[in-house]
Amino acid sequence: MSAIAEAFARCRREKRAAFVPFLVAGDPTLQGSEELYDALAEAGADLLEVGVPFSDPIADGATIQAAAQRALAEGATLERVLGLVSRLRSERGLRLPIVLFSYFNPIHAYGVERFAEHAAGCGVDGVLAVDLPPEEAAGSYLEALRRHALDPIFLLAPTSTAARVKQVARAGSGFVYYVSRAGVTGERGSVRRELAKEVRALRKRLRLPVAVGFGVSTPEQVRAVAKLADGVVVGSALVTAAGGCRSRKAFVAKARELARAAR
Amino acid sequence: MPRRGTQPDASGHFGPYGGRFAPETLMAPLEALARAYDKARRDRRFLAELAELLQNYAGRPTPLYYADRLSRELGGARLFLKREDLLHTGAHKINNALGQALLTLRMGKRRVIAETGAGQHGVATATACALFGLECVVYMGTEDMRRQHPNVERMRLLGATVVGVESGSRTLKDAINEAMRDWVTNVATTHYVLGSVLGPDPFPRMVRDFQRVIGEEAKKQLKKRLGRPYPDLAIACVGGGSNAIGLFAPFLGDRRVRLIGVEAGGRGAALGEHAARFAPAEGGGSSVGVLHGTRTYLLQDAHGLVAPTHSISAGLDYPAVGPEHALLHDQGRVEYVAVSDPEAIDAFHRIAESEGILPALETAHALAEAMKRARDLPRRHAILVNLSGRGDKDLESVLAWDAARAASAPATSGRGRGPRARRPARPQPVSPDAASADAAPAPPERFVEAPGPEHEDWVEIPDPPRGRGWFGRRLSR
Repeated sequence: MSAIAEAFARCRREKRAAFVPFLVAGDPTLQGSEELYDALAEAGADLLEVGVPFSDPIADGATIQAAAQRALAEGATLERVLGLVSRLRSERGLRLPIVLFSYFNPIHAYGVERFAEHAAGCGVDGVLAVDLPPEEAAGSYLEALRRHALDPIFLLAPTSTAARVKQVARAGSGFVYYVSRAGVTGERGSVRRELAKEVRALRKRLRLPVAVGFGVSTPEQVRAVAKLADGVVVGSALVTAAGGCRSRKAFVAKARELARAAR
Repeated sequence: MPRRGTQPDASGHFGPYGGRFAPETLMAPLEALARAYDKARRDRRFLAELAELLQNYAGRPTPLYYADRLSRELGGARLFLKREDLLHTGAHKINNALGQALLTLRMGKRRVIAETGAGQHGVATATACALFGLECVVYMGTEDMRRQHPNVERMRLLGATVVGVESGSRTLKDAINEAMRDWVTNVATTHYVLGSVLGPDPFPRMVRDFQRVIGEEAKKQLKKRLGRPYPDLAIACVGGGSNAIGLFAPFLGDRRVRLIGVEAGGRGAALGEHAARFAPAEGGGSSVGVLHGTRTYLLQDAHGLVAPTHSISAGLDYPAVGPEHALLHDQGRVEYVAVSDPEAIDAFHRIAESEGILPALETAHALAEAMKRARDLPRRHAILVNLSGRGDKDLESVLAWDAARAASAPATSGRGRGPRARRPARPQPVSPDAASADAAPAPPERFVEAPGPEHEDWVEIPDPPRGRGWFGRRLSR
């Protein structure tokens, strides 16, 4: 069983949802985000989503776009993000499963095979390429990830057809990331009413755990989603919090509030 | 060799290029779009409706104009200009906008979004939306809004909402990013009228099919003019590549035709100074990557971050290129070259003064290459150039450029060309008393290889036969 599958299995045994926080690596600086990921672990994260900044993030809203811009200005290339993961493992002793959340082009430019080898070597457990659906992932990408024991994570969305759900079930492992609503990442006022029905149906059809993200930002929303899903992903709200907190302690407190809401 | 209808494959790949690299939210809608389009393109009523619009609303067929004076001045091959600039809204973009707007209606969507660089696609989409009563939102980089200001006003007058995009380089690429974000949010109600042969499948093949009419018409017109349905050379500018693919498509299988795509060479060879995706890289540069839903040649750095681009023409100022072009490049079927900003400006002036046509700056790149080639080719050769758009929108850019050049190089030649007066005047009609009694008053040089009408330059191009239209296929009513 992969580290990711194990983390979800443990949460299930403890009858709670996994808390999956996301931050863009390199925001505000590479060193700063190393500190932030470590703080998230302290706050009670079950998995970490490490965002690889990209120049043209078409699936992201204003908050994560701006974070990616800051990170790129700091020189946070994919190579350096892998270095950061490696330091989280070796210097900070972080044991949590780590999922890289990236656009496909940086991985493509790095070389898929080389990327998989280095990512696994640095301590990455799974990879989600937001603009790489299973049909384009089939072949060298999936093979490379499997060869290096990395979980390929895929998205599903309210627009996904039954055939697509099946395709993701076949290609993916670790967990499935369910996009809570059509749209880009970012904080939203409320959770859609249909979400409960959709996630229930999805969990029936899939053996993989289902984590829900996009637009989940407040403790209330986390609580609502945690009742439905195997995991809750919080991104933009944490990016905003990290920018607004003066100390590590303040950030840990914020993140802990969200982590507790998932329980 | 890809024959008509053989590319792309069922999953939208042109060889190793193309595909559907989109966020999951868009995947099922893209599948639905592909199904809707595949149904529409075989539906006689859809084709007839589009053919009717293209003819009576947009103004097809466009003339094929023999640029006699310019050809003679250059002293080489003959230049034939496919006058897409004479279409309604002033560029080839309307061919695609009308097609996709009709498709939007068939899909039951009421809202349309589009990106635009030069503004031509935005104007065309706003026009089609006004015609069909669709809500229209156009995303445009604020840098492009500045340099293509007249088109912004036109879109607004047509009832479209123009949203300025402030991110990144504030040009076409960023406009597409923002349009994609809108689409991913509103896909249930909204169709994205992508303006070039870019993006995820089915866009590259759909836009190509809608633009193919350019080449199909030119083929028939050449047959009438030259007695052979093909030129020796066909030249078009390539931003995303829709006007080029539209011109080239019917000739791809015909090895007698050399095809040349012209990219923006900008102001230098360094990454960031041009938009020549196929140019040999200097200091990093172009390689294969994935952007905006498709795998293709992409200007990027070593880390897979998309590089900034520059071109004086907003429509060519884009870091990627249509995936079919990528394949045609690798196959060697189309030769891609770059033309610099100053060369494009020179060509703009030359065409304006020699032929009385103000071309779009995008088009001026193709014209610059055509003029270069024409000089070295014999007169029996025919060069077909896609005059893809008109230049009214570029007047400010051209005047600003000229002013800057005049300031930096005072008192020498105005624009670095020979004085106007040295160029020969247009050949006058031969007056009866000057001609010998029995000699026919033929044009100074015959170049029609088949018996043709007396004044080739004024051949009237008839409407397509009734019941024939789009793609030249027969329609039954």
